[in-house]
Amino acid sequence: MATAVKQKSDVILQYLRPHKKMPSVWCAGCGNGIIMSAIIRAVDKLGYSKDEVVMVSGIGCSSRMPIYLDFNALHTTHGRALGFATGVKFARPDLKVIVITGDGDALAIGGNHFIHACRRNIDITTILINNAIYGMTGGQGSPATPSGAFSTTTPYGNVEKHFEPCELARAAGATYVGRTTVYHATQMEKMIAGGLAHSGFAFIEAISNCQTYFGRLNRKGDAVAMIKSFKENAVMLGKAKKMSEEELEGKIVIGTLYRTEKTEFCDEYQRVIDSLQGGK
Amino acid sequence: MANERINKIEVPEDRFEMRLSGSGGQGMILGAVIMAEAIGSTGEKNTVQTQSYGPEARGGASKADVVVSSNEIFYPKAMKFDLLLAMTQEALDAYYPDLKENGILIVDDTLVTKVPTDKHYGLPFTQLAREEAGHVMVANVIALAAIAELTGIVSREALTETVLGRAPRGTEEKNKKALEIGFREAAKLKK
Amino acid sequence: MAQKKRVLMLGNLACVHGAIYAGMRFYAGYPITPSTEIAEGCARELPRIGGRFIQMEDEIGSIAAVVGASIAGLKAMTATSGPGYSLMVENIGYAYMTETPCVIVNVQRGGPSTGLPTKVSQSDTMQARWGPHGDFTAITVAPSTISDTVSETIRAFNLAERFRTPVTVLLDEVMGHMREIITLPEPGEIEVLERVRPTCPPEEFVPFERTPNLVTPMPRYGDGYRYIVTGLTHDQMGFTTNKPEEITPKLDKLRNKIENYKEEIIKLRVEMMEDAEIAFVSYGSVSRTAFQAIDIARKAGVKVGGVQLYTIWPFPDKELAELCNRCNKVIVAELNMGQIVNEVRRVLPPDVSIHSLRRYDGEILTPMQLLEKLEEVL
Repeated sequence: MATAVKQKSDVILQYLRPHKKMPSVWCAGCGNGIIMSAIIRAVDKLGYSKDEVVMVSGIGCSSRMPIYLDFNALHTTHGRALGFATGVKFARPDLKVIVITGDGDALAIGGNHFIHACRRNIDITTILINNAIYGMTGGQGSPATPSGAFSTTTPYGNVEKHFEPCELARAAGATYVGRTTVYHATQMEKMIAGGLAHSGFAFIEAISNCQTYFGRLNRKGDAVAMIKSFKENAVMLGKAKKMSEEELEGKIVIGTLYRTEKTEFCDEYQRVIDSLQGGK
Repeated sequence: MANERINKIEVPEDRFEMRLSGSGGQGMILGAVIMAEAIGSTGEKNTVQTQSYGPEARGGASKADVVVSSNEIFYPKAMKFDLLLAMTQEALDAYYPDLKENGILIVDDTLVTKVPTDKHYGLPFTQLAREEAGHVMVANVIALAAIAELTGIVSREALTETVLGRAPRGTEEKNKKALEIGFREAAKLKK
Repeated sequence: MAQKKRVLMLGNLACVHGAIYAGMRFYAGYPITPSTEIAEGCARELPRIGGRFIQMEDEIGSIAAVVGASIAGLKAMTATSGPGYSLMVENIGYAYMTETPCVIVNVQRGGPSTGLPTKVSQSDTMQARWGPHGDFTAITVAPSTISDTVSETIRAFNLAERFRTPVTVLLDEVMGHMREIITLPEPGEIEVLERVRPTCPPEEFVPFERTPNLVTPMPRYGDGYRYIVTGLTHDQMGFTTNKPEEITPKLDKLRNKIENYKEEIIKLRVEMMEDAEIAFVSYGSVSRTAFQAIDIARKAGVKVGGVQLYTIWPFPDKELAELCNRCNKVIVAELNMGQIVNEVRRVLPPDVSIHSLRRYDGEILTPMQLLEKLEEVL
């Protein structure tokens, strides 16, 4: 067992950016590290070369991830990662494009790019790290903050409704949609690998903990307590299908929620190019 | 205050300025594009074509200019017209004041009833298009043929080539017919 | 040699033609009057040559995709007008900071806000310089003929590659929607610059190295040079930094890589200035009005000349001062409330009297208006 753990961390170290002075900006106990390691293991398992992977992000705690990883890194502007990623993927369909985004980044300021990237079914794997709050700016409410929850901008409880990112992605046209939590690291790794191997827009919601702000403001305890609550509240999709709406109240349904095959955007455009050039 | 030297200034003689005017949908912009292309691409002269965009393009007054010169064309719009085509009374009233003293005035007398001068050519472009060419849409092409015939600014052949080059498939015959009508009717006026 | 074909070309399509000639193979955009024909032209032409066109969900996404495509390795462009340019400025700033070559065309219309979608204006001249927040040096070119529009678009791409920076092409509604007879350049007739790629092994690569000319070779994604591109202020390795000793050199790099080579960028058209006592300074479509007015006034014996700014930014401080050296009076004609006139005031000696001729009612200045102004100030 000890050897296996050592080997695992060896894999992680291979993918960290050389010369980068750690620590990261992430708080001790932040779920982002678990997600980063799941991504590394998924990429390693698929055998992608580091050169062919482009990791694109916007602004926020989670969006710092590309800076720590030894891939091609594109750390862009707030909410716009999918716009930049669309340019990268469409210009160079041979590259594997991963977008790291947060609930504020993808669902608020970047909502328009998010739904349209889903609609195009462009071959990008998007991992939305959902901690239900703006961490980097110090704990403001996001479109994923539940009704009634406290944040520095919802000091009397959130009066708004929150988005269900997976339902939004599916409705907008994503062809691979899954949800998992930072407690379920092995499932997360498999889901990310599945998304990367899928041809089309893959969307993975990774429920994560921000004990520093969300936890503190909502009395959810420390990192360990929050991650434990993910374990306790998670329900596998198969089981959830047999449960009533009341029984599912407050639960997190995890698993690959939706998967279908549709023509991918870059492939479709290539067919246009081929038909025009073939006609010459 | 007034500087005598500048007050006497006339529009340079090397420029031939045309304004094609009517109402939106009468094909004035396309007419100007065809004229600029026919003159410029087949000959040695430079041409510039401009128009007014906006609500005008979908009804109301519409105008498009063609400036022709052997030299470099600086200001792209018509200042004092050497030729004014007015397809409606409204267009004529709006632009007649800027016609040069010896400028050529061509009106569609299907729609224009009050012309402020005897020195003009009148042809019923719209009526000819509807009744003889088979479609009101080609009234502009009849007018272009008339302009070519009356001014000699472009040859019959060059105009025909350009019109047919731009005609949507299936409309070639109607356009050919329209050109014939325009050349023929204008030739009658020249006599 | 066969005589070159003469074609009647729309300004916006001349821009497309120039871009493709310069090697543009990626276009992302969003429809907006009066620039839309550029997007339509790219949608038609790019797939025919193996290039890529995408209509994005908005202008923010358009410039983002353009920057992404450029970093990935393709020459990329977007075009827009008024409100669309305003939406783009944050990511244009990102392109300045990340030193990403790309071309942004602004076919100007009247503003502010939705303003005058179908009417001409030159009121984005300062926005082209100062649109994004922060300090940087911008390059902006402005053609005035359809033939120029082809060649200035090519020049914009060349400058973008040469200096690793976004370059703005300022057109206006009159330019975009005007058609003019031109002869198109043959392949090879106009020089096209390609991006300088690193040749060192990846482990020796310093992605934002302060090279002698301050322009760092730029790899494509996938070539083995895995580096960080970030809009945060970064050191030479691309790592984000808060250290004053790293911040100043980075910002100096953005400025000096352009300012130190201004003579490669400045382009002017100078007419009748040898003996001119009075000069018109203009740019874009208004230069056509200016040269018309000069032509008329010269025939009447007025010693007037003209300078057209093909390069608006960086501003030709030294060149303009030298050219207007012998003039007592200068008239700056522009379609705004007086934007470039203040730059002219800044660079000319105090004994030259500078007059501003402005128009901002959606119409182009006419030769008669310039002649009247000339008469007034003579």
